Amino acid sequence: MDYQVNKKGYYGEFGGAYIPEMMVPNIEELESRYMEIMHSHDFKQEFVSLLKNYVGRPSPLYFAKRLSEKYQSNIFLKREDLNHTGSHKINNTIGQILVAKKLGKTRIIAETGAGQHGLATATVCALMGLKCIVYMGAVDVERQAPNVKKMRMLGAEVIPAVSGNQTLKDATNEAMRDWINNPVDTFYIIGSVVGPHPYPDMVARFQSVISEEMRWQLEEQVGRENPDRIIACVGGGSNAAGAFYHYLDQENVELIGVEAAGKGVDTNETAATITLGTPGVLHSSRSILMQTGDGQITEPYSISAGLDYPGIGPLHAHLFKTGRAKYLWATDAEVLDSALELTQLEGIIPALESAHALAVLPKIKLRPEEITVINLSGRGDKDMETYLKHFGY
Amino acid sequence: MNRINKLFQEKEKNILSVYFTAGYPKLDDTVPVIQELVKNGVDLIEIGMPFSDPVADGPVIQGSSLVALQNGMSVHTLFEQLKEIRQSVDIPLILMGYINPVIQYGVEAFCQKCNEIGIDGLIIPDLPLSVYEEEYKSIFEANYLHNIFLITPQTSDERLRRIDEASSGFIYMVSSNSTTGAKEGVTDLQNAYFERISKFGLKNPRLIGFGISNAETFRNACHYSHGAIIGSAFVKALDTDFPLNEKVSQFVKKIATAM
Repeated sequence: MDYQVNKKGYYGEFGGAYIPEMMVPNIEELESRYMEIMHSHDFKQEFVSLLKNYVGRPSPLYFAKRLSEKYQSNIFLKREDLNHTGSHKINNTIGQILVAKKLGKTRIIAETGAGQHGLATATVCALMGLKCIVYMGAVDVERQAPNVKKMRMLGAEVIPAVSGNQTLKDATNEAMRDWINNPVDTFYIIGSVVGPHPYPDMVARFQSVISEEMRWQLEEQVGRENPDRIIACVGGGSNAAGAFYHYLDQENVELIGVEAAGKGVDTNETAATITLGTPGVLHSSRSILMQTGDGQITEPYSISAGLDYPGIGPLHAHLFKTGRAKYLWATDAEVLDSALELTQLEGIIPALESAHALAVLPKIKLRPEEITVINLSGRGDKDMETYLKHFGY
Repeated sequence: MNRINKLFQEKEKNILSVYFTAGYPKLDDTVPVIQELVKNGVDLIEIGMPFSDPVADGPVIQGSSLVALQNGMSVHTLFEQLKEIRQSVDIPLILMGYINPVIQYGVEAFCQKCNEIGIDGLIIPDLPLSVYEEEYKSIFEANYLHNIFLITPQTSDERLRRIDEASSGFIYMVSSNSTTGAKEGVTDLQNAYFERISKFGLKNPRLIGFGISNAETFRNACHYSHGAIIGSAFVKALDTDFPLNEKVSQFVKKIATAM
């Protein structure tokens, strides 16, 4: 089975570039040049050096002893939360800003949900001295206020998206409209493995550093490259794509993505796209999405702004369809419990998004000899207000 | 003969095409708006199928789409409203919308229904040329539907030729790099682009759209093409308290002063 994108930009039946004509020149240029740029010596050198000296990679692979004792198995945490800016998002923004520079672009736009991608974009724009505009749903601007302040301090302009549910989907719509209106000088740094080809593939490649490191770190610590299973949360699916990437062809490694069920998959307030969705086209690619029978996109809900999205990257739709990966879900309530559990067992406050991956531990069977890696995609600083409200500290 | 081809054969200049969102301002306004436009001498009508996430549209059409959806508009309802439209309307009718609702309806069933009703063409901005050619062309053709492609100031010569080759009916010339209704007035840069395209020697006729909002911009666009398309400005005009027939006739009369 082939899990890589094909020449036409599809993973099986999913993917492609359903773009209006106004976006064609930019997407064609990117499509024709991204591989050549990513494989160039200059690019590789700069990318690797920035990941090491600026981001702080490799991120540790940490054996979570007390968590492992609790679940009577071996649980490792891939500590993407320790990256500069607090999540895996920076792996991708470093890569894309270097691509943008090679293409001669001077103005950067991005969408953001939790603000982690916006923050990672604002950061690399400051680093490179490029103008940065971040679109963020007006609701998210409120619930992720610390990240908004950081982005502004970094010199980015944060524009609230006021259409729809005013969350990630609407921010993405606004970013696409911006690109249509500014096709010459602007580069759109998409934050997840979504959007038109080649974005899903390009973002997955930039994030693949996560599983690349996992392989040698596991070899070093337990004497084998392959864990028995990898668990990662999935909104659009970039951290999961990165954590799965180098294991896609290792069929004995179980891959589990965890979606945000919000208040429950049987309620209207949920973002469990794979569980509830059907095939369709959103944000320029064919994938699985939450929609009505008439093809209108359903407004999602999740306590975590980063997973509050009605679609999923086409790679994940393909992994689901082929059975290569399994997709589970966790509710807001389960997620809050898991976040508190990790905090008090390991002294690590996870992001709400990443806590979804932890929240399935009680739901799956873990054998004592097995090794499970959880991709801890981000830290919880930005979520302190939500945590404090729920736990009442 | 397809009504679009007939129109361009009979009229070479000053073709006025008007876009509106189906089910806006009221759910049942779709047919009355069409009839009023016809009564006022419009040449071609683009009926917008509202979509929840219209990325190529500016705030006005986003707003009308949202209202239409809240009114209960859907592809099924639209077909129901239009089923007898050919008893009262002879001018070409085009459906314009995004690909996802069409896919959910079923592309083949959708095209068959269009044929049954007497729709002459489709404009689906997020249906790319390559996907159309590989997957949908034969279905469109079997149902006598023209697929109308867009070109923009950024469209390369090579792609212009490909689009011209794949087009039937007419080519939709997007006036500037923008979403609908975003930019006011016409710049020298746009005129240079209009000039370049008129000299390019396309085999298909062209209508200019996006940013055409009044008699002046309409006249300018017609100078470089076979006519122009007005969307956001008309949708905005529908959002007033006057009776529907007055809203439509006043708007069209103002544009007609340009001809």
